[in-house]
Amino acid sequence: MAMDFQVVVLAGGYSKNLAPLVSKEVPKALLPVANRPVLSYVLELLEQSNLKDLIVVVEGEDAALRVGGWISGAYVDRLHVEVAAVPEDIGTAGALRAIAHHLTAKDILVLSGDLVSDVSPGAVAAAHRRHDAVITAMLCSVPVSGLTEPGSAGGKDKSKKPGRYNIIGLDPSKQFLLHIATSAELEKDIRVQKSVVRAVGEMELRADLMDAHVYALKRSALLEILEQKDTFQSLKEDLLPYLVRSQLKSEIPVNGTPPGEENGNEKTGSNNNQILLSRILSNASKPEFHQLHELGHYGDTTRRTHKCCVYIASESKYCARLNTIQAFSDINRDVTGEANYLSGYTFSSHNNIIHPSVELGAKTTVGPHCMVGEGSQMGDKCSVKRSVIGRHCRIGFNVKIVNSVIMNHVTVGDGCSIHGSVICSNVQLQERVVLKDCQVGAGFVVVSGGEYKGESLAKKEK
Amino acid sequence: MDQRHRVQRAVIDPKVRQVGFFAPNPNPNSDIPARSSPPLAGSPSNATSSSPIIIIPPPPLPAARDHPASSHLVVGSYDAASESLLGTSSPFPSPPPSSARVFVVDGEFSDDSWQQRSNSAKFASSFPSDGFNLTAARAVITPEADASPAVVSANEKNEVNAIEVNNERTESSKPAKAKLTKSERRALQESQRAAKTAAKGEGNRPSAGAAPGGPGKASMQPAQKKDTASAAPSTAALERRGSDRLPEKDRKKDVPAPRMQFDDKSRVEKAKRRAVVNQTEARNRVELFRHLPQYEHGTQLPDLQSKFFQLDPMHSAVYKVGLQYLSGELTGSNARCIAMLQAFQEAIKDYVTPSEKTLTRDLTTRVSSYVSFLNECRPLSISMGNAIRFVKNRIAKMQITLSESEAKVSICSDIDRFISEKIILADQVIVKHATTKIRDGDVLITYGASCVVEMILLHAHEVGKKFRVVVVDSRPKLEGQKLLRRLVTKGLNCTYTHINGISYIMHEVSKVFLGAASVLSNGTVYARVGTASVAMVANSFRVPVLFCCEAYKFHERVQLDSICFNELGDPDAVSKVSGRVDVNYLDDWGNKENLQLLNLMYDVTPSDYVSMIVTDYGMIPPTSVPVIVREYRKEQLWM
Repeated sequence: MAMDFQVVVLAGGYSKNLAPLVSKEVPKALLPVANRPVLSYVLELLEQSNLKDLIVVVEGEDAALRVGGWISGAYVDRLHVEVAAVPEDIGTAGALRAIAHHLTAKDILVLSGDLVSDVSPGAVAAAHRRHDAVITAMLCSVPVSGLTEPGSAGGKDKSKKPGRYNIIGLDPSKQFLLHIATSAELEKDIRVQKSVVRAVGEMELRADLMDAHVYALKRSALLEILEQKDTFQSLKEDLLPYLVRSQLKSEIPVNGTPPGEENGNEKTGSNNNQILLSRILSNASKPEFHQLHELGHYGDTTRRTHKCCVYIASESKYCARLNTIQAFSDINRDVTGEANYLSGYTFSSHNNIIHPSVELGAKTTVGPHCMVGEGSQMGDKCSVKRSVIGRHCRIGFNVKIVNSVIMNHVTVGDGCSIHGSVICSNVQLQERVVLKDCQVGAGFVVVSGGEYKGESLAKKEK
Repeated sequence: MDQRHRVQRAVIDPKVRQVGFFAPNPNPNSDIPARSSPPLAGSPSNATSSSPIIIIPPPPLPAARDHPASSHLVVGSYDAASESLLGTSSPFPSPPPSSARVFVVDGEFSDDSWQQRSNSAKFASSFPSDGFNLTAARAVITPEADASPAVVSANEKNEVNAIEVNNERTESSKPAKAKLTKSERRALQESQRAAKTAAKGEGNRPSAGAAPGGPGKASMQPAQKKDTASAAPSTAALERRGSDRLPEKDRKKDVPAPRMQFDDKSRVEKAKRRAVVNQTEARNRVELFRHLPQYEHGTQLPDLQSKFFQLDPMHSAVYKVGLQYLSGELTGSNARCIAMLQAFQEAIKDYVTPSEKTLTRDLTTRVSSYVSFLNECRPLSISMGNAIRFVKNRIAKMQITLSESEAKVSICSDIDRFISEKIILADQVIVKHATTKIRDGDVLITYGASCVVEMILLHAHEVGKKFRVVVVDSRPKLEGQKLLRRLVTKGLNCTYTHINGISYIMHEVSKVFLGAASVLSNGTVYARVGTASVAMVANSFRVPVLFCCEAYKFHERVQLDSICFNELGDPDAVSKVSGRVDVNYLDDWGNKENLQLLNLMYDVTPSDYVSMIVTDYGMIPPTSVPVIVREYRKEQLWM
């Protein structure tokens, strides 16, 4: 590849966070967002950036088979994807460790498979390359879109924990990551390294940024650390904080040599020349605090540093991760709503998408920001608002569906009312069921007249 | 024929005095028409024979280069002969013939240089079957034989003019060519012929020898160009011959493309379509500097970044250097040049010749695409232009027998050699020379942060000279602070001041050491903005001004002011003061209609204020720059 980057998509497996939604048949990567697997959003984002050689890492053999099957069907002639299966629950760092022998390029771009975004991954890579950083993380502003929607706020505030986001310290130029406190540490007081603050001069602490789980990593450093620190489980929780912490007293072997030292074939140039050359170059470039710190006040004690960079996506871009049930509904709503350019569909003049094969009963209305998949049928006097309905669903008479996601092959009896809920595939709702903020696992049958609020309904695992 | 001789003499004589060609010739035009007999005015060929003198004085050169659109106007304003030349061109329906007249001028030049080297047999073979022309040409050869010093400068001129030619062609002659049908072309030829005979008729001397000699010579140019590779095609008719496409391309390789004039709307639009980087042009540009590129700062970087993976042909090393230019992380012409060359090396190492293509050609286009990308990131410095010319030359001159890997190794080692000889070793030599000029007790002043000046100061300190340094700095870049930091850590005794205080500090100063981005062949020094003020103040205090500049930064261009060619920095850098939140008077005033911010990057120090230029060829007065340029260019081309 021209830019010497390798792309790894961490697609996860059967995430426990999304308990009733994912099932044996549907691993996390294949959860539908606007009737498309969530993984397709990442893959298409990469495809747009002309990144066509990908490694998709899936936890669990079974899930890998399913994901691989879907990818090879959907992207057979567009992308060159290798699907690697890794054991379950080894974490993101563990997953990288497991596929370490596949990594050959100079830098690795790691994306989470649950990312729904239109931020170009190239920007992250470019920032990484420009600074010759060890790690570059993409940060995006915390999505506030869901909160601004009137009528959709019901029940959401409960699940939204205020401390879900990280506290991130940046340098004044907003290019370097100086401090990161992950959720686990947030309970404690914030501890900031004195040496970093001294080196940089000032630090900006922000809580309104979210780690989008898009990292550019220097391969040599990554492999080294993964090997040394075999307890590291997660990129976000272990590796990134470690790199940020140790950036001024680096333990990583220096592989990012300045270009002047890479010319092995120079015959005439004496060593002296090379020193002069690199001095000219380094004098000419703007010294970051890293270099200043390396020089230090003590003269010749050479301290090694490495750079941890950030790329902050502009606020106009959409960026969200599907890692909670709440996020699942939010993203589904956004992709059919205000971020509908992500869905890849063209919306009708009513701002919704109804597949031509859909049969709608008399006096049935489908509002804006809705989507009804292929082959679904709806009875009379139904009302659908801000919801996504999958393929081949059968919906009876007088059904109200608001702010919900209904997957494929769902049968909804007459007179049901579904509010803010997620109904998985092959669910059967009998007559007059009322669901509010519920999740119904795949294949579940809700008996007629049942009323549920804020519950998770799923079949018992046998 | 002796009339012809005399004319040739008249051509040659001023050329011998070319060292002084920054000194404006008081009235070169008034005496030439007097010497060349009246009929010359009318016929194009004769007009050309007086033209070398027209071309020689420097003012038209930068002018012609920087305002290619108005090139013939400039030439026209220089003498009465070409005034009438313009007059004769008016009956022609389309512009190409009139611009072709300008080329005939060049053609004559290349004739001169060519005739010196080539034998007359070749000459004859390239002739149309016209015996009379042959004798005319031979007659021309004889006086040329003793005019060797003139030839080199003629080459240089040719180059400058060739730029014009390329320009003209892209602008006007191509579309015209496309439109012409066969009959139209014939009509055009006919009308040209008629005009020529009319012109002949006008002359009171029958000048049968000279007049056909002119077109004859023009028509033999394509053949000559294969040898000299320096002449420009002379007429539109000749351009159509396939044979001269090739040398024309060669020409382009050597010469950096003409500078875009950014006040020319249509061309800017065209360039934008080609551009890799999406750039929004700044709205409020200072009137005088409209022709320079200036973009809305801060729009380029995100755009370029997000395209990281889409820029397929770009090599990652080149891309990184481009980003560094764009973000201002890498400044200083030496460093930029080295970084660029090293990126090229990386790119060449990874280069694989596509099938059905030859390395020489494909790699040249590849390098050109890199160069245009870097140019979009930040306008190239003159030193980089020279380095690029070197690289392309090496690629073009690559022996075809070499295998791909051998060729790549050879180019890479050439680049290495360029870096080490032209930059590193040159710096060491400069340091050695300049150190001899530092005496104990001196107070040296420097401006900005020149890497070679820094080396000089450090070296002088190392060898135990006792001196003090005044580092003069200026906003917005405050480059001096970095230099100061490095000097102070090495234990030098320093004073730091801003340029506002220059006249006070100059009292105690004994020598001025300055760096330069380029030294132009009229001795003008092109350097970081503010340098000229320091040099001028020093001059008025009778303090010697020493410019330290590697010879690879010398350029044959002549520039009289810092307007026609310069670089515009981020205007916000002037209006905002970093670290001072209270100085916010101009915040978000950037888009006010009646406010224009100017952040010039370079200025020009006239040679009057330059006491000495310390270069790797020794310490020279500014008047000797053309010599170095000439010798150096030769060396570079045949290295």
